[in-house]
Amino acid sequence: MKEFIRALLVFVVLSILTGLAYPFLITRVAQLIFPRQAKGSLLTVNGKISGSALIGQKFTNPGYFHGRPSALEKAYDASNSGGSNFGPSNSKFLEEVGQRMEKVRVTNGLGVNAPVPADLVLASGSGLDPHISVDAAMVQAPRVAKARGLRESDIRDLVQKHIEGPLFGFLGQERVNVLRLNLALDDLSRHGGQSGESKQGTGG
Amino acid sequence: MEKTTPKFWQSKLIKTSIKGSFLRLDPRLLWHNPVMFVVEIVSVITSLISVSNLIYGGPFLFNIHISIWLWFTVLFANFAEALAEGRGKAQAETLRRAQSEAYAKRLLANGQTETIPALSLRKNDMVVVEDNDPIPGDGEIVEGVALVDESAVTGESAPVIREAKGDRTGVTGGTRVLSGRIKVTITANPGETFLDHMISMVESATRQKTPNERALEILLVGLTVLFIVVVGTLAPFGVYTGVKITLPVLVALLVCLMPTTIGGLLPAIGIAGMDRLIQHNVIALSGRAVEAAGDVNVVLLDKTGTITLGNRMATDFIPAAGIKNEELVEAALFASLADETPEGRSIVALAKYRLDRRGRDIKPSPEAKFIPFTAELRMSGISWNGREIRKGAADAVAKFVQERGGVIPESVTAAVDRVAREGGTPLVVVDSTRALGVIYLKDVLKEGIKERLSQLRLLGIHSIMITGDNPLTAAAIAAEAGIDDFVAQARPEEKLKLIRKYQAEGNLVAMIGDGTNDAPALAQADVAVAMNAGTQASREAANMVDLDSNPTKLLDIVEIGKQILMTRGALTTFSVANDVAKYFAIIPAIFVPFFPMLGILNVMRLSTPNSAILSAIIFNAIIIPLLIPLSLRGITYRPMTAMALLWRNLVIYGIGGLILPFIGIKLIDLLIVFLHLA
Amino acid sequence: MAKDITYILVFLGVLMLLALPLGHYMAQVFTGRRTFMSFIIRPFESGLYRLCRVNENEEMSWKQYSLAFLLFNAVGFMVLFLLQIVQGRLPLNPMGFGSVRWDTALNTAISFVTNTNWQAYGGETTMSYLTQMVGLTVQNFVSAAVGMAVALPLIRAFTSKLRNTIGNFWVDMTRSVLYVLLPLSIILAMLLVSQGVVQTFAPSVKAQTIEGTEQVIAVGPVASQVAIKELGSNGGGFFNANSSHPFENPTPFSNFLEMLAILLIPAALPFTFGIMVKNRRQGWAIFAAMMILFLVGLGAAFWAEWQGNPILAQSGLGSSTNMEGKEVRFGIGPSVLWGQVTTVTSNGSVNAMHDSMMPLTGLVFMFNMAIGEVIFGGVGVGLIGMLMYAILAIFLAGLMIGRTPEFLGKKLEAREMIMAVIAVIAPAMASLIFAGIAVAIPTGLSSLNNPGPHGLSEILYAFFSAAGNNGSAFAGLNANTVFYNLATGFVMLVGRSATILPALAIAGSLAMKKSVPSSSATFPTASPLFTVLLIGVVLIVGALTFFPALILGPFLEHLLIFAGRTF
Repeated sequence: MKEFIRALLVFVVLSILTGLAYPFLITRVAQLIFPRQAKGSLLTVNGKISGSALIGQKFTNPGYFHGRPSALEKAYDASNSGGSNFGPSNSKFLEEVGQRMEKVRVTNGLGVNAPVPADLVLASGSGLDPHISVDAAMVQAPRVAKARGLRESDIRDLVQKHIEGPLFGFLGQERVNVLRLNLALDDLSRHGGQSGESKQGTGG
Repeated sequence: MEKTTPKFWQSKLIKTSIKGSFLRLDPRLLWHNPVMFVVEIVSVITSLISVSNLIYGGPFLFNIHISIWLWFTVLFANFAEALAEGRGKAQAETLRRAQSEAYAKRLLANGQTETIPALSLRKNDMVVVEDNDPIPGDGEIVEGVALVDESAVTGESAPVIREAKGDRTGVTGGTRVLSGRIKVTITANPGETFLDHMISMVESATRQKTPNERALEILLVGLTVLFIVVVGTLAPFGVYTGVKITLPVLVALLVCLMPTTIGGLLPAIGIAGMDRLIQHNVIALSGRAVEAAGDVNVVLLDKTGTITLGNRMATDFIPAAGIKNEELVEAALFASLADETPEGRSIVALAKYRLDRRGRDIKPSPEAKFIPFTAELRMSGISWNGREIRKGAADAVAKFVQERGGVIPESVTAAVDRVAREGGTPLVVVDSTRALGVIYLKDVLKEGIKERLSQLRLLGIHSIMITGDNPLTAAAIAAEAGIDDFVAQARPEEKLKLIRKYQAEGNLVAMIGDGTNDAPALAQADVAVAMNAGTQASREAANMVDLDSNPTKLLDIVEIGKQILMTRGALTTFSVANDVAKYFAIIPAIFVPFFPMLGILNVMRLSTPNSAILSAIIFNAIIIPLLIPLSLRGITYRPMTAMALLWRNLVIYGIGGLILPFIGIKLIDLLIVFLHLA
Repeated sequence: MAKDITYILVFLGVLMLLALPLGHYMAQVFTGRRTFMSFIIRPFESGLYRLCRVNENEEMSWKQYSLAFLLFNAVGFMVLFLLQIVQGRLPLNPMGFGSVRWDTALNTAISFVTNTNWQAYGGETTMSYLTQMVGLTVQNFVSAAVGMAVALPLIRAFTSKLRNTIGNFWVDMTRSVLYVLLPLSIILAMLLVSQGVVQTFAPSVKAQTIEGTEQVIAVGPVASQVAIKELGSNGGGFFNANSSHPFENPTPFSNFLEMLAILLIPAALPFTFGIMVKNRRQGWAIFAAMMILFLVGLGAAFWAEWQGNPILAQSGLGSSTNMEGKEVRFGIGPSVLWGQVTTVTSNGSVNAMHDSMMPLTGLVFMFNMAIGEVIFGGVGVGLIGMLMYAILAIFLAGLMIGRTPEFLGKKLEAREMIMAVIAVIAPAMASLIFAGIAVAIPTGLSSLNNPGPHGLSEILYAFFSAAGNNGSAFAGLNANTVFYNLATGFVMLVGRSATILPALAIAGSLAMKKSVPSSSATFPTASPLFTVLLIGVVLIVGALTFFPALILGPFLEHLLIFAGRTF
């Protein structure tokens, strides 16, 4: 019984320390030093929160770059998260991917057997992946250019400028943040194709 | 050393062993061996299935094949145990026969004797044994001296002296008095003698499992339980995959995976170890002690009798400056003529040899007067014609010379110092006041002792010599013999202290003793070997008795102890390593008919699923009898470092155990196909 | 590929650079010596002992130690269970989540107390902030601390002679929290926030997307929990998607840091062991065995994953890379590395969905868990597990050189064998038995997300994960059913207690033995041969136990995919 009371006491004290003091301390300091990151790296357009730089969004408009498929019940529903968890031998999954490839080929005007970038038809783990590969962006460039009435080369330049390279040359893949790219795209359209002067960049 | 060793192919032994292997199917007996007990249970189950298939229809032939080989697995294991037991018993029986046929002359209260069968003797009975009488039981001489022929027990033909009082009082039943009359107190009731003890140690029913054997058995039982679960869950996994696996096939897989090889041979290995001890004329009073012998890291060895022959011998003469060698040798010879001590005799022998007068009788002149050795004078010699030839300890002789106005020259003192430094005993020889030189007396090592001691070192065993000599002498002998440490000027009670000290440091200590005052130390030592010729007290305190009374026997005991453990370890490794091949035989056999691509697992290219399963189970069964010779003999043991030993055994039994079954199963498969068995 | 190799080399280099000093530091902490942190932490430590009536110098027998361990876990279990049931009526619940279902709450309580952190629930849709912090984060700390604490008696037992005490549970555990876990967590949490991991008590953010729809973005006090979830080999994510969620693991650099944190303490503990038993080479020998097994598995997993899905490759996928379930910012290599790092350390966090990886990759991950999480393993318990295998290996080696086996001077006898055998086989048996039951009953099968051999893999993975106290999943399996909640809960308990209690019993019996001096006849356990033997025993025992199951699950699926068959 003495030992039980001791167990209870130690548990209570450690709970206060690690369950309350520790997270409150971290929150306090984080909000002080890294307020933007701690709040969710939110992006605002005209004072309104338009999303998080870290969380992908669903894009259907042909004038926007599209992100990866999201396996969530509601695609890119950031109140939830998760992947498809389909195994590689699952025929339902393989069928779905086939349909997606078909759709990508059709919407982007690719040939019947043209290779499709893997990340554009395979769902991410979180269902909220904000990035696509450079290939996946470039494949969409002609479509976006056409929909926006911009030159394809300008679009390509924009994509090029939004490539996030690997840190120190080995940490991470070359990738493009879709939301940021699309925000820059809107900016580009607003400035009538003077892509070179866009202020929306990868920084921020 | 090896005497009437029953060879294992002796037909009578084989016959009883075969009978024994069936008797051991009794679950009450087999229960002692959990691994084989499980095999027996599943054998019963598959047999019942086969029979019911025969009656109600179903695959019969294949199932009965499996059942038969499962039964063989159990029988082979039983056979191994029965054979080991039979050999041990046969060995003990030959010893006992001599004893049971004997009669005894029991001393009655009135001083008369009555003749009764030896077997009706009880502890504390007093018997008289005279010329040509057999000694009726284990006992201790209380009166008299006798020349005893112990060849029936030890195989040694030279008779030995046994006498009351002192350290040679023990006698063993079954030996024979050649001459002399002794009174003996019987120290053991019939059925309680060392021999009876030994017999119970090779009888599987009464045998106590040793600590390491128990630990190993836990591992084997653990593996068995684990494999029961592995095989048991394979059934539902199979069903999920769409494959229904029949019970006999599951059983075959289970028995193949279970450590049946080591499980079947484990009792035989332990029993055979005891057999080997008997072959070395050592009777162990507990299996634990034999195992502990393998772990010993300190041995206490008495110098005399174990390391050296026992007495110092003259090995050289060192003349003083200006003295001819001849003169010294001659003087030494004369001074020792009357000296009947072994040392004196050795001086005479060496001197005669040096003077080339072997065989010739040298007689001093009749008027010569011998001066015998006394503790006060510490020298001996001869006087005639006014000449006083003396030999003795340096200080005593120096005093003798000084009293007569002489002086010991520098060259002699230097020689004395040198000899002492080298561990020898210097004796100075003088002719009145003239110092002639020094006799070099030296302990002579027993033949082969150096090699044995260096083997001990390889085994990681620290050897300690106990001697009454002074430290200088002790150090020299220790260095010459290659002993690690010594205790000089030791009194018997110091042995006990020494053992305790080493044990406190975590060592396991072994010692050999014979005297009554060795008993406390023997009782304290972890491995205590008493000489059969030793006192009853020492034999009772010990956990092993050496019938040959040969002190270097300890080394054999250590090796046998190690061999038992190594054989167990090697066969366990072998048994477990075997499992890999069996998986590759059975798993594809089960699933390939449904998933042909799993054929890539059929690395042995076994012909049909049925032949694959049969081959595996047959291999699993016949490997047991094939390994019986190995487990009875013990795996080859050579003294080398632990690392080298482990590499060797890992390669042979680990990697070998991995590869061999692939070959064996393939060959059996070819044979099965050839014979159209499946 | 070259980039991946650079990645791995840099990763392992940095790991060594940090693990060695940490191992040294922990040895100082656990032998009660002053460290450079003492001047801040020591007052807290003494205060805590006073407050909780713990006598710092009191020594416990192994039975008292085990009792303290069990009582402490019982208290933790009850608090966590009740917290989930009543969370709806408690503060810090901005999303207004109600009571958690009883079986889920039971499973979660067991899961977090046993350091498994298997999550049958989705964090952001089930648990209030209070439950996440006071319930889950607390257990992240204390279950890890308990794991480290219980390894210490075994370590100490090798150097103590003829003693019947093995240390003080409260002191060992408190020190683990105060000196090791808490400082490291604070550093890591801040680093993670700088990378974009959220840390706020605000409710979910409502955003107006640029296509004009509303997106609700779940946030919370994430960084503080992620830090300890990685450091303490826990793995229970704040979010359902765990470390693949951008708010838990936003950048390649945060990914690198988190992996480092996962391996850090488990990789440092062999060194701590070496220092504490006064035989550093022994620490290296164990570390080497772990590292080699780690690299072998990693190589196999890489090979398997880079092969990609041949069926998709045939239908014209740009590259055959298997990006299903993976994040673009990480890519294939770091995702496989993460999987290997977490499955060897019993850290259940994922940065990609294991269910969607190639079958043989899954096989490697399953093997890592099934052998009992001994390749580095969970903090503390991983070392214990490896020592159990070491006891088996040394037992065989000892016999083969003709001696009663001894490890660091302590004889291994029947009692040690019973305990080591239980520790090695009980979790394996529990996982196989329950997987066998699950595939045999409709309730078990109805949770499957994938048919065919992959379905078997999902079930096997779940129970291997539970038995190894890992917590990751082939997450397609709907484990939030009464059957799976109870079954995995039970297996988690077996996995945890069958490792810790035998280890404490062995510690008790070793501490009472005298120490045998070593000689040329004793097997030098601080040698490459020992490392080889240890690896051999782990592989052989693992292979023999799991061969049939792994053949019918992942291996068969692999063969079938390459033969073009789907389900």
